[in-house]
Amino acid sequence: MRIVVDYDLCESNAICMAIAPDVFEVRDDDFLYVLNEAPGEDRREKMEEAVQRCPKQAIAIED
Amino acid sequence: MRDSVTIVGASLAGLRSAETLRRDGFGGRISLIGDEPHQPYDRPPLSKQVLAGDWEPERALLTPAEKLEPLGLDLRLGVRATGLDVAARELEVDGVAEPFDGLLIATGARCRTLPGNGSPVGVHTLRTLDDCLAIRAALDDGARRMVVIGAGFIGAEVASVAVGRGTSVTLVEALPAPFARVLGQEMGAVVADVHVANGVDLRCGVGVSSVAGEPGAMTVAMADGSDVYADLVVVGIGVVPNTEWLEGSGLTLDDGVVCDPTCLAAPNVVAAGDVARWTDPRTGESMRVEHWDNAVEQGRHAARRLLATDEEAEVFAPVPWFWSDQYDRKIQLAGRPHPDDEVRVVDGSTDERRFAAFYGRRGQLTAVLGMNRPRQVMQGRGLLEQGVGWDDALAVAAGWA
Repeated sequence: MRIVVDYDLCESNAICMAIAPDVFEVRDDDFLYVLNEAPGEDRREKMEEAVQRCPKQAIAIED
Repeated sequence: MRDSVTIVGASLAGLRSAETLRRDGFGGRISLIGDEPHQPYDRPPLSKQVLAGDWEPERALLTPAEKLEPLGLDLRLGVRATGLDVAARELEVDGVAEPFDGLLIATGARCRTLPGNGSPVGVHTLRTLDDCLAIRAALDDGARRMVVIGAGFIGAEVASVAVGRGTSVTLVEALPAPFARVLGQEMGAVVADVHVANGVDLRCGVGVSSVAGEPGAMTVAMADGSDVYADLVVVGIGVVPNTEWLEGSGLTLDDGVVCDPTCLAAPNVVAAGDVARWTDPRTGESMRVEHWDNAVEQGRHAARRLLATDEEAEVFAPVPWFWSDQYDRKIQLAGRPHPDDEVRVVDGSTDERRFAAFYGRRGQLTAVLGMNRPRQVMQGRGLLEQGVGWDDALAVAAGWA
């Protein structure tokens, strides 16, 4: 599983960071950083929640 | 075990609940019924990118066709649920009764309109894609002056987009301060200043008597006797939940479909999104939340509730959150402040229009407001989830500076 963020869409709402701070981090520059682009399968439910709850639909999971 | 689920309302809460059912392995039939003819689309861009002309409507689809198709939904668009009989387990669609097994109600809300005024052409509300395209067309046709009635978040976003397109905007609010109902006086004024700084003519504390004229030549008569002229008028004075079709259904209606704390409205019936009212287990308050994020979360929760037994059912206890983009500012609020809560700026400054503020009451943190401070709002939302006290929350925020 690979996490792909469309940075043209991302508006740094930081919802993903709240769901999975080990994978997503919005820093003081207001940009999102993906800390782990290939999280383990045990993180799948959280990653799907991040995809669904991103208000900009900027996150995708590629298998 | 359920054989089928019928979802009434094909917008955010309805579609996300359908996706959740499939993701959780539900293999039965899922009917998704929507009264608009369009494929399910997302509403936030309607007061932002689509209205601005930066996006074509296709970009606002909730789920692209290639991801929708594998879900195998029985998607029934352009048809309307017209009645329900809970005891008989019958739904009425365009006047024709059909049985249901499990029912999820997500019929949302519609815009409130000006009282006693009718709706002359040239007076718009903004809720649907068609609403958005009508306002956009007026802007494309060179509307130079717009009056926005109601300084809530939709009105504020419309004003922001219109200013960005070179239109002069008068923003009218009957209350003494804009946004005060949600943010309180002090922070409402901070947001109001952003509009004034961007050239909006903001008029607070004065009501509207009437709106007359035709597109390109509208007159808004104010209660103080003054007139404001405009090419078009946008009314953003809140929404009312779509529950009329449920009169006599057996469900309890009270400014929404009344649910138990697990989102169950009656045996085999759940509700989610703008239309659902339930008692928040955190605060004991009866709430109905109109935020985007709540539609997603409650849609997911209600879908799972419908498949669960009463013993398995979990309460729905979210911390409400919304965002609003106005000019180059991102405003986010987590929690539910009361207008008289104590407010403390804990990071940044309101002068810079880049800050985070805490709201508190009786020793508890009640909400976190951010302007261009997403990280802090999300961290604050975590504190709200944990039910952290005021002093402890301030101590955490002291570490942010």
